Amino acid sequence: MAGLHTSDFKNPVVRWIDSRLPLFTLMSKEYGQFPTPKNFNYFWNFGALATINLLIMIATGVFLAMNYTPTATGAFDSVQRIMRDVNYGWLLRLVHMNGASMFFILIYVHIFRGMYYGSYKAPRELLWMTGVALLLLLMATAFMGYVLPWGQMSYWGATVITNLFGAIPLVGQWIVTLLWGGFAVGDPTLNRFFSLHYLLPFIIFGVVFLHVVALHITGSNNPLGIEVKSEQDTVPFHPYYTAKDSVGMCVYFLVFALIVFLRPYIFSEVDNNIPANVLQTPNEIVPEWYLLPYYAILRSVPDKLAGVCCMFGSILVLFVLPWLDTSPVRSARFRPIYRIMMFALVADMVLLGHVGANRPEGLFILEGRIGTVLYFAFYAALPFVGWLERPLPLPESISRPVLPPRSGGGGGGGPLPAGVAAKPMEKA
Amino acid sequence: MKGCVIVMAGALALGAGVAAPHVARAADEPALPHMKWSWQKNFGLGTIDRASAQRGFQVYNEVCSACHSMKYMAYRNLEGIGLTEAQIKAVAATKTVPGAPDDEGKPTTRPALPSDHFADPFPNDNAARAANNGALPPDQSLLLSAREGHADYIYALVGKGYVDAPAGVKVPDGLYYNTYFPGHFIHMPPPLADGSVTYADGTKASVAQEAHDVATFLYFASYPENDQRKHLGVRVAGFLVLLTGVTYAVKRRVWSGIDH
Ligand code: HEC
Ligand code: HEM
Repeated sequence: MAGLHTSDFKNPVVRWIDSRLPLFTLMSKEYGQFPTPKNFNYFWNFGALATINLLIMIATGVFLAMNYTPTATGAFDSVQRIMRDVNYGWLLRLVHMNGASMFFILIYVHIFRGMYYGSYKAPRELLWMTGVALLLLLMATAFMGYVLPWGQMSYWGATVITNLFGAIPLVGQWIVTLLWGGFAVGDPTLNRFFSLHYLLPFIIFGVVFLHVVALHITGSNNPLGIEVKSEQDTVPFHPYYTAKDSVGMCVYFLVFALIVFLRPYIFSEVDNNIPANVLQTPNEIVPEWYLLPYYAILRSVPDKLAGVCCMFGSILVLFVLPWLDTSPVRSARFRPIYRIMMFALVADMVLLGHVGANRPEGLFILEGRIGTVLYFAFYAALPFVGWLERPLPLPESISRPVLPPRSGGGGGGGPLPAGVAAKPMEKA
Repeated sequence: MKGCVIVMAGALALGAGVAAPHVARAADEPALPHMKWSWQKNFGLGTIDRASAQRGFQVYNEVCSACHSMKYMAYRNLEGIGLTEAQIKAVAATKTVPGAPDDEGKPTTRPALPSDHFADPFPNDNAARAANNGALPPDQSLLLSAREGHADYIYALVGKGYVDAPAGVKVPDGLYYNTYFPGHFIHMPPPLADGSVTYADGTKASVAQEAHDVATFLYFASYPENDQRKHLGVRVAGFLVLLTGVTYAVKRRVWSGIDH
């Protein structure tokens, strides 16, 4: 029996499988006993929720694709057929359509959590960077998905965004032609976008896997931002975090359901209910809400190439965040200046989003420029803030904080009940 | 937990706020009248007022359909506003649609069936333009959902918008003045008049009433899933509220032994 895995499972069938392909051991180790800091707040639900959202998008997307026609003449009609004739097609489409917005809400909160509690710092740099890659992939997927219904905003949005690549020196025009598959957005563009839109979610799935592997190497950060010191600081993932994630999941499903069933068109543009028309530009071309802040940055810079660079730079800068931030302290709870900067950054994103939704006229131009400068100022200031800021005293350990915790997580000292503390060891 | 809820609410509000209609109406267009539509009642849980939608179909059928197509609607879809099978058959039978070519390959026509989509008023877009001074009457299947203001706009445009042009404004030949139409000059002649239709249920057919009813029908045409969606939504949301409560109770129990 050389080479077989020694399985701890009693059930003979499970044991037979597990000793040849130790999936059960893997699941039990990574999602059963996995020692997890006991002081998470509900912000730590959002990664799991994003994973569920990804699965929902894939499930609804596969069924939509069964009824969708990726041609310039057929796309709009086929979407209406899904809405009107396919059994529960309206539900599939509304879940998929609003699922994209839900995804970005979850991801933005997830990123906020990571930034606020310093989860990007050593040793979690690669975990963070796979996350940024996920954000980029998600944006690309969402953008191409929005083109598929082939409404006015799909068509003109695709035209504006693909044209941006034309600003790249030398190869720009070549890239644009490659994206289009011709000399304008048209049938070939729609075909390749559909193909890629189907592909990317599975790539995202793969990157999520890397993301989770990296997470399970470093272990999770926590609201105090200090390392786990002893077993007393942790609880096994199951049943503690399976229970807590389930609460988050229910609330997420509820919010999702309220949007899908009661306000399904809240995020959509009226113009996309008009079939794409090459001859008629809409009054205003705006991307979906989740891309608006970046669109605002793009339009705030007077030069096209510089604007494109700033737009992409505003996301790419996240890749180097772990090295821009020089403070040894993770959690913003103990960083008085960084904490304020974080809230200012959120406010700035809201401002930029608002600017992006409006025509660049009058006051909006000024607001957009101020917002853009502030956005980059945040990152430029980070090294200096790290050097100058005087952090508050850190707690000794998760179980024994020196300070009363802020609302929610954290926690008074005292050892765990014996049974709980012993659990992670039982099977190890 | 509190912070988390606040941030989530913030993210939602950001999404909703930024996505809200931001195409401001031009300064010289009057604000739209805000009507209380049946589907907006009960915190947005309202269903479509079927009597009004049926009258609205009559207005569409007898007036608007002379110029506007509604290609995504089939006669069978009229079940959604409460027409019986027999009524639908009867309505369809009065329409003519292209049939299969005959033995010699010549195009034919035949009476429509409930499974047919609404008959087009014109054989093609050019014919529609030629009959309307060069302007194409837009397809009405999604017209309401494709205009800022939705039902309020439709109601205002055909029910209240046609007034005398202000002194000094010269309305070009073949165009009409409408306060609610962007730019004010519209190719559509006033489609409604008092008594344009005779309602079977005895409702008085004033212009305002007709406009209200046709807007209700156009809402149905744009969002035929409205009633089913809301019926299902109430049940799904109710179930999830219960599930959330139970799950939270379980979580509290699981965590009760932990000092955290
Ligand atoms: C005589 C032909 C004719 C009839 C009958 C008619 N329309 Fe129109 N309609 C038009 C034309 C032509 C346009 C395009 C106007 C333009 O672009 O200037 C139009 C445009 C519209 C628009 C779009 C306005 C916009 O914002 O672009 C609406 C809404 C509309 N019609 C509603 C109706 C309704 C409701 C009825 C029935 C009560 C109706 N129409 C009957 C010819 C007609
Ligand atoms: C498709 C999108 C994504 C999915 C499905 C996903 C999934 C997850 C999951 C399941 C976890 C563990 C649970 C948690 O701590 O919340 C996690 C943690 C994490 N994610 Fe993501 N994620 C995604 C995108 C991102 C992005 C865009 C970033 C940052 C740019 C990011 C950064 C992180 C970090 C830093 C952690 C560790 C958090 C900590 O331990 O404090 N993730 N992610």
